[in-house]
Amino acid sequence: MVICIQNLMKSFHHRPVLDGVSFDVIKGDLFAIIGPSGCGKSTLLRCVNGLESLDSGCAQVLGTELLSQDKIGHKEFQRRSLKVRQKVGMVFQSFNLFPHLTILENITVAPKVVNKISDSDAIKKAQELLLKVGLADKADHYPNQLSGGQQQRAAIARSLAMSPEILLYDEPTSALDPALVNEVLRVMKQLDQEGMTQVVVTHEMRFARDVADKIIFMDQGQIVEMGASDEIFGNPKDERTKNFLRHFQ
Amino acid sequence: MNKIYFLISLVCGIHIACAAPKLRWGADVESGAPFSYVSPEDQSVIGFEAEIVELLAKEMGMEVEHVQNSWDGLIEGLKRGDYDIIVNGVEITADRAEVVRFSRPYYYTAEALTVRKSTFDIAGLKDLKNRKVGTLDASLAQKILKEQPFPISVVGYDEEINIYSDLAIGRTDAALLDEPIALYYAKPNIDLKLVGGPIGYMEYGMVTRLQDEEFNARVSKALDKLIQDGSIQLILERWNLWNAMTAKAWGKNAKPRTPPVAYDEYIKKTWKKTTIKERLIKYASFLPMLLKGAAMTLELSIISMILAMILGLGTTLCRLYGHPVLKWLALVYVEIFRGTPLLIQLYLIFYGLPHVGLNLEPFVAAIIGLGLNYGACEAENYRAGILSIPKTQMDASQALGMNWYQSLRYIILPQAFRVVIPPVTNDFIALLKDSSLVSIISMVELTAVYGQLASNSFDYLGLGVVTASVYFLIGLPFVRLSRHFENQMMNSASKGSVSRSWLTGFLSRR
Repeated sequence: MVICIQNLMKSFHHRPVLDGVSFDVIKGDLFAIIGPSGCGKSTLLRCVNGLESLDSGCAQVLGTELLSQDKIGHKEFQRRSLKVRQKVGMVFQSFNLFPHLTILENITVAPKVVNKISDSDAIKKAQELLLKVGLADKADHYPNQLSGGQQQRAAIARSLAMSPEILLYDEPTSALDPALVNEVLRVMKQLDQEGMTQVVVTHEMRFARDVADKIIFMDQGQIVEMGASDEIFGNPKDERTKNFLRHFQ
Repeated sequence: MNKIYFLISLVCGIHIACAAPKLRWGADVESGAPFSYVSPEDQSVIGFEAEIVELLAKEMGMEVEHVQNSWDGLIEGLKRGDYDIIVNGVEITADRAEVVRFSRPYYYTAEALTVRKSTFDIAGLKDLKNRKVGTLDASLAQKILKEQPFPISVVGYDEEINIYSDLAIGRTDAALLDEPIALYYAKPNIDLKLVGGPIGYMEYGMVTRLQDEEFNARVSKALDKLIQDGSIQLILERWNLWNAMTAKAWGKNAKPRTPPVAYDEYIKKTWKKTTIKERLIKYASFLPMLLKGAAMTLELSIISMILAMILGLGTTLCRLYGHPVLKWLALVYVEIFRGTPLLIQLYLIFYGLPHVGLNLEPFVAAIIGLGLNYGACEAENYRAGILSIPKTQMDASQALGMNWYQSLRYIILPQAFRVVIPPVTNDFIALLKDSSLVSIISMVELTAVYGQLASNSFDYLGLGVVTASVYFLIGLPFVRLSRHFENQMMNSASKGSVSRSWLTGFLSRR
């Protein structure tokens, strides 16, 4: 198990957003999280790599335990989060590329600064990754010169440059034109085949049904139903799940 | 080889031992005629007191060194130790004698009342009831006016020339000031006339610190000799200042034996009407002095700005990311230095700190004053700049495993830099202009030079335009430079050219 979430609780201004969430992720899985807006999916993802602190419970990621700051203190939480983030990458809904750097520099900045990789090694790896995501000719362009789909693929390449063991995706295609969605999903499928562990918060039901190994359906901060993709899509047990999937079916 | 070094150091040592000690004397040379003022020819300090000080120094075996300070800050400067003696027409009064020490008197005179030629209802002090009367701040004349048993609207000035020019144009009804000053500023003016006889009686003394009893005694002894051998009388005669009161005090004849050559020279140089061409030539001759002042202004501004930027960045980082105590300190610093006038901050640093033991040189005090004040402005600029970068950028850099410092250094600050260039350049131009304020803590920069030249050549308007142009011109390159940077960054980021400004390259360099 690479991720083990136990009884995670998180509130914003006394409003509970995560209300006792528990699940495990096995190495190599593509884990999809679906649910209506506001159910806490993004917050859950951000708790996994410590971008959000948790109020109680435990998020154990690749052997590092992220606990509430009351238990371990602010400094220790930051230290452990940093450790996690160096092995866990994240891809955001709005890409969040660095606008003042070229695509190539976007990809090489973290390996050079964090892992102290040499200039030439970092550039070589970046070029391989660009080739992999189909952006070899865009190395010297700036983010605002690329289409949405291209930017998201560049963001994935940027995360891959740190050689992560897990990739987290926060609605990676929600901000894209339908025409551009597929090019991103294609990359994710490819990574899945190569054995990358991926946790994806998504509204792309077809992708979740066809590619994901396990699905979680969340509503109002709790896991309503969890299981293999054909179970959830073929035979939903809970009323809320049925309701939600009705729009898709 | 060693022998040569030994010889050289021996010679230097002997030279240093033989070099005369310096007689540092303080005086305000702005509007300083006839006491001490800047010669329009070679910018040296001339005047009857300047000449007396030269003689005094020679008599005491010392070398002169003049230190400029404004008239109303003279005694403060003496106490601070910026100079050791004041020679600037300082009247010996009981009040002053409590805080400083006076030498024996070297001149005796009285106040003179001046009015416009067209005024006929003022002939003496008693006619000044309810009238507006101009005089010099912190002078005996001002005290006399304030002590009259009837109300007088006393207008205080810090420059002599303004007293008389305002009187001539009708802003005041009369002016009361020492006879020597009236002789040089009012008598030659065809719009003014002196009325009544000499008013009151005063003696000029040289001023030293209370604790310098021995030094003061040496000065008085030297003055005794110079008075006895007639050298001071000669100087006074040349400047048209030999009068009955002084003659009586020294037991000499009141009739001068030497023609007033210095006075005639002064009248010729400063009171004649000049043609446009002559004026332009005069301005051209002032340029070296103005440019020297401009160089100092630029130097002050650049160094202060660098200090301000460093302070600003540090303060912003404390305010945004620091420990709660640091956050609070940063906030207090910004609010205090933004909420109080720069002028007062400069006064406090230069004149106030010595009272708690911190005595700063004018240059250092100027840099610190300007740097602290503008540091607070920069802090606000940088805070706005950093906050304008979306939080998602920090999310992304952290998600890649970068720590707080790395995220700021490589991702946030380079972007914030572009955003803050316009307000920062604006602040620099403002700093350049605000640097003119340091003339009040006796820094001789562009505005101080303007003051000296204008007051001594009675030409505030023309020289004012020239000086303002110099300020404008030295600010111009920085405006152009900043626009250039902005365009470059805009081009590289939004228009999407492949080449990139060297500056963003420099900032993102590993």
